[in-house]
Amino acid sequence: MTQSIQLQRKPEVQYLLRVGDTALILAQRLAEWCGHAPVLEEDIALANMALDLVGQSRALLTHAGTLEGAGHDEDQLAFLRDERDYFNATIAELPRGDFAFTVLRNLIVATWAKLLWEQLQASSDAEVGAIAGKAVKEARYHQQHAADWVVRLADGTEDSRRRIDAALAELWRFTPELFDSDAVDAAAHASGLGPRVADLREPWLAEMTAVFMEAGLSVPAESGFRSTGTRGVHSEHMGFILAEMQHLQRSYPGGVW
Amino acid sequence: MNLAVASRVERAWEVLSTVLDPEVPAVSVCELGIVRDVIDHDDGLEIVLTPTYSGCPATEVIEHDILQAIVVAGLGPARATLRRAPAWTTDWISTEGRAKLLAYGIVPPGPASNAEVPLRFFPRAAKAIALACPRCGSHHTERLAAFGSTACKATWRCLDCKEPFEHFKPI
Repeated sequence: MTQSIQLQRKPEVQYLLRVGDTALILAQRLAEWCGHAPVLEEDIALANMALDLVGQSRALLTHAGTLEGAGHDEDQLAFLRDERDYFNATIAELPRGDFAFTVLRNLIVATWAKLLWEQLQASSDAEVGAIAGKAVKEARYHQQHAADWVVRLADGTEDSRRRIDAALAELWRFTPELFDSDAVDAAAHASGLGPRVADLREPWLAEMTAVFMEAGLSVPAESGFRSTGTRGVHSEHMGFILAEMQHLQRSYPGGVW
Repeated sequence: MNLAVASRVERAWEVLSTVLDPEVPAVSVCELGIVRDVIDHDDGLEIVLTPTYSGCPATEVIEHDILQAIVVAGLGPARATLRRAPAWTTDWISTEGRAKLLAYGIVPPGPASNAEVPLRFFPRAAKAIALACPRCGSHHTERLAAFGSTACKATWRCLDCKEPFEHFKPI
């Protein structure tokens, strides 16, 4: 087995990995749908979105590796980090659930990502700004796709409504984490690298509410539960997804396509 | 000297105009607007590319195809570099490229809007403007799916001639 790498926990590296890891882990979950989605068109849509997310993640991980300055490239960061050095939001690592769960999670994450990428376009770090300029367009399209489906399912059959209600009840408690600000994003805000995520909460809630109104759903009450993936403390699902994602590189060290 | 430099860059552009996009082999990488610059350095040509989508799997194939074409034409050595900003937009697809896409059966993109696009919902909200079918020209068409066989396209169908077709999404 290839030994794990130790990440230098600089705030700017952790800030970028929160975004890059969320994209990477969500991409892994979306890719699980390949060959399993309810209809071929949506199978292709989920795989296409996973590809966009992998691309965004590759660019961010590569740049995080440069900022870290320890010589780690995108592959080493993706495949040789242990769970505690992953900083994705917990919501991304939850098992894929049914199609309703998948599109509602996509709506939550894509709306958050879109607002974040919009701000990152003005980053003091030119490379981050360049990555954001492309990613924001992709996130908009992902948000549109997910919003469309959330409305259709909520306003569809009894079964689709039951499923979207169940997904909302399960997912909502993982959303406060997306807006938990701490020393890492305070540093990013101070240096101009990117926004405080807490400042994204209000516009995010406004956009989610607009979709929910159209769908006939109500915004659930905020729960007291706090997930902590962005600080490296993950749910019980994280170890399993990393085991699957990292298996090849750990078993065949340095293997390339 | 200057004349020789200019002609090497010009010849490179000519070669590049024959390299087709591997996933949409109706148009060249130049017509798609992926090739942003060709620079003559002392140690070889630098081909500057802007990727279409963050995760487009064709990007690496395109790099390979371009460098191979340059070398085969005797213009090597050459290297490819990626320029992310400004981000690629479908507005960079040339007029010839658009005509070729249409002839190939893919409806070319309309103008891209970089501004925030308000969320809209199908099918209850006002219908998006129906595209003209690339085969029969009918506007009696509908979108089947937001995505298609590649990241850059959506899937549509014509309700008159009953044929499916693709739309190159404006971004």
